[in-house]
Amino acid sequence: MPWGEFKDTAAERRLFQRRALVALAMVLLLIGGLLARMYQLQVVEHQTYITLSDKNRVQVQSVPPTRGLIYDRNGDLLAENRPVFSVTIVPERVPGMEQTLAALMALIAVSDDELERFQRRLREPRRPFQELPLRYDLTEDEIAALAVHRHELPGVEVSAELVRYYPHGEITSHALGYVGRINREELQDIDPVNYAGTNYIGKSGIERFYEEQLHGQVGYQHVETNARGRTLRVLARENPVPGEDLRLHLDLRLQKLAYKLLDGRRGAIVAIEPETGGLLALASVPGFDANLFVTGISVAAYRELSTSHDKPLFNRALRGQYPPGSTIKPMMAIAALDSGATTRERTVWDPGYFQLKAGGRRYRDWKRGGHGWVDLTESIAQSCDIYFYDAAVRMGIDTMYDYMSAFGFGEDTSLDVSGALPGLLPSRDWKQAVRNEPWYPGDSVNMGIGQGFLLATPLQLATGTAVLANRGRWAQPRLLMDVDGDLPLDEVVPEPAHSDIELNNPNDWEFVADAMAEVMHGRTGTARRAAAGAPYRMAGKTGTAQVFSLAQDEEYDAEEVRERLRDHALFVGFAPLDNPKIAVAVIVENGGSGSGTAAPVARAMFDAWLLGFPEDLDSVEAGMLNLEGE
Amino acid sequence: MRATGFLAPTPDRGLSRQKSIWSVLHLDPVLLMLLLLLVGGGLFVLYSGADRDFGMIKAQGIRMGVALVVMLVFAQLDPSIYRRWAPWLYLVGLVALVAVLLVGVGAKGAQRWLALPGLPRFQPSELMKLVVPIMAAWFLSRHFIPPRLTHVAVALAIVLIPMALIIKQPDLGTALLVGTAGLFVVFFAGISWKLITAFLAMVSVAAPMMWFFVMRDYQKQRVLTLLDPQSDPLGAGWNIIQSKTAIGSGGWSGKGWLQGTQSHLEFLPESHTDFIVAVLAEEFGFVGMLALLGLYLLILFRCMYIAVNAQDSFGRLVAGALTMTFFIYIFVNIGMVSGLLPVVGVPLPLISYGGTSSVTLMAAFGVLMSIHTHRRMITA
Repeated sequence: MPWGEFKDTAAERRLFQRRALVALAMVLLLIGGLLARMYQLQVVEHQTYITLSDKNRVQVQSVPPTRGLIYDRNGDLLAENRPVFSVTIVPERVPGMEQTLAALMALIAVSDDELERFQRRLREPRRPFQELPLRYDLTEDEIAALAVHRHELPGVEVSAELVRYYPHGEITSHALGYVGRINREELQDIDPVNYAGTNYIGKSGIERFYEEQLHGQVGYQHVETNARGRTLRVLARENPVPGEDLRLHLDLRLQKLAYKLLDGRRGAIVAIEPETGGLLALASVPGFDANLFVTGISVAAYRELSTSHDKPLFNRALRGQYPPGSTIKPMMAIAALDSGATTRERTVWDPGYFQLKAGGRRYRDWKRGGHGWVDLTESIAQSCDIYFYDAAVRMGIDTMYDYMSAFGFGEDTSLDVSGALPGLLPSRDWKQAVRNEPWYPGDSVNMGIGQGFLLATPLQLATGTAVLANRGRWAQPRLLMDVDGDLPLDEVVPEPAHSDIELNNPNDWEFVADAMAEVMHGRTGTARRAAAGAPYRMAGKTGTAQVFSLAQDEEYDAEEVRERLRDHALFVGFAPLDNPKIAVAVIVENGGSGSGTAAPVARAMFDAWLLGFPEDLDSVEAGMLNLEGE
Repeated sequence: MRATGFLAPTPDRGLSRQKSIWSVLHLDPVLLMLLLLLVGGGLFVLYSGADRDFGMIKAQGIRMGVALVVMLVFAQLDPSIYRRWAPWLYLVGLVALVAVLLVGVGAKGAQRWLALPGLPRFQPSELMKLVVPIMAAWFLSRHFIPPRLTHVAVALAIVLIPMALIIKQPDLGTALLVGTAGLFVVFFAGISWKLITAFLAMVSVAAPMMWFFVMRDYQKQRVLTLLDPQSDPLGAGWNIIQSKTAIGSGGWSGKGWLQGTQSHLEFLPESHTDFIVAVLAEEFGFVGMLALLGLYLLILFRCMYIAVNAQDSFGRLVAGALTMTFFIYIFVNIGMVSGLLPVVGVPLPLISYGGTSSVTLMAAFGVLMSIHTHRRMITA
């Protein structure tokens, strides 16, 4: 400061005091403004913000119910739930998917297949904040490695979930069906609330049919989560209602035996308890390990299954539509007797062929040279084709159609087996509509011995046989025997609607049953070797169905071609004769003759059911029962 | 006009024969008590804001101890020393600021630190928070008060040159604090209201120019976010939405110490640094905010009392400007956290975690105490 000038220090002080007052006034004003702002946020709008804050931290999570278990009739577990540790990713919470995946793959082994499946799920529509599985079945070491690094991997969780497990894998795959992850189409149909926490749904079989009962009701929990989505504690919980446990008519031992008997072949066995219609065994061989499908099958494994010549994914018991061949004859016999087309005593001359008119086409008998004079019983016992050609022509298509539909052909009569096909029961109208041709008498001739247009599934053959065993009373095939809990059975199983078959002479049932017994026990019965030495009487009918062609795009080697051009071997039957406990239909694809291949299989089933199971099912060998007949 | 009792000059204590321990230490007991109360309470809140990390509390406690020592040291220096050194310090500061722009280090696209060999890393801009008001006060107090127009122009240059250098780093928050500190010197020096009005008018014209020519994209984004946080609720708007939620959910009396869900569940970002006031508001409610702002007001009043009672214009101007700088800290930080102002990196003074600003602030309080306790033994 230039000291030469005079400074009025008192004036300076007063000036500063004034300015200080102005500054303090400004301070008070602005601090007051801040307080007002706080008052606005904390008092006036408090409710809004406390709601926001709770919405931040409290999340409602759905708790999936435990899927109901499935038991066989003896209480053996067929489908259970197994805890599986998997690593899942919530894409919305991951800062960078590429880095996260790279970091994860450094910690745990992830195959290309699993990665590809994950990427596919990532692209598909899904619920927001849904956990997407990357890898299942983590080992203890992998769980530990992930636990150590979990703070570096936001959005990545190790989660334990209960996953369906079929302890008997291949044996029960076609009988139970399986569950799998909910796919895009199913997502449209399911109740989004009840399935909010559920990742799996029944895809086929009874897993699908009883999905509603097996699934249960979803539960909820309110959890406190931090900003990174980690659950810190559970605030409140409403427990889910677990799914109902189901008990099936199926007998695991019989089911195992059926698989054992067809081991190494292709075919199906359906066993029904005639009294109830309960399916005791439902085997389609080869089967597949349904567990593969639960968590999502790899592309390679699926390709292998779906392109196999043995078609393990194909449910032959429900969906295999075969010409029933001679196994139709007992039912045709009922039709012919009741419609008056023939009588018990009437005989027919079998020269080895049948002609509609002299000099016309010859329909051959399987036995060259013919059976000579045969009556109805003999023609069933020896499987004479000529008698049934004649009877078929006498009945005509309309009569045959009526009786065969009374036995359940041409429709799916099962109550709770999903995916069964109706086969094909031809009629005049059908032929006109599909082939644009009238029904020729020759069509009737073929149909009389179960050839021609007629197609039936093993399930239908077993059902028709059970009706024979019941002497006309219908018990529609079903799997569910009992629901654990207070759910009445008739609320879940569909109402049976098939009416019983009333014959003019009910005694005809016994007559045909006796003729079927002749097949097994008669001196000339086609399956007499299969029934040899049995301490009980049984009824049966053998059959063979011709294989017409192989699919052109399939490649077989020469030996395989020979094998695959052999006839299908069929057998239907029930036992014991007077008080049937079991009715069976057996088909062995390319098995040759029904008597040699299929009948012994049925006998083993009868024996096991009526006399007791072999101590060691493993000692049963498919080949051992192969007898030569006819 | 007649000053109020609170601001009125008290009889000079220097006359009394008996020297108290406080005048020996050159400390103001009232201000010291208030500061210790603030720092202690701040550590208490920080313990919650840092999610019970005792290590952080210890580190912050040590920093505060260092800051108090710095305050003690600054309080020992006679105001005349500050006055004499002012031009040299200012020159060194300017050189350092230029050096920062040339060879500085930093992160996130901003160069703020100077790492000279043999010296600890430091922020020259932080130093300028003290040096700029002292320099401006030195210049203006050499001349007539109120200053002439040419002197005002020089003073403004003294303020605006370092401010521009700091904006260039870029560090808007510090530039704002340095600028206001200097401008308050000019204000306290008594420039006419006409000039003040003209200046404010100029600023309001310059503000849109700043938008187009000076402000960086991220700074513009912050302003836009303030106006509409919901436009990007998971990105830029997240901080402000979460801090308002934390404050609002506190209500009258808060959720209780350590019970704040917004901070402890990590919804509130920067809960131990710039946004710590939201932790306090969430856990102690409106009552807690009243206590905090009340405490700050008491400190501000005491500081202004010291300024008014300073013996000369230099002391008055420096003390007044530093007091107002402290206030700007408070207002900008709380205004930002409560969604009134755009997000600028200004910590809550003496409470936010971090050492640099605490040391500067305590040094400023040291200067204030020095002005208050070093009195020449002459009566006016």
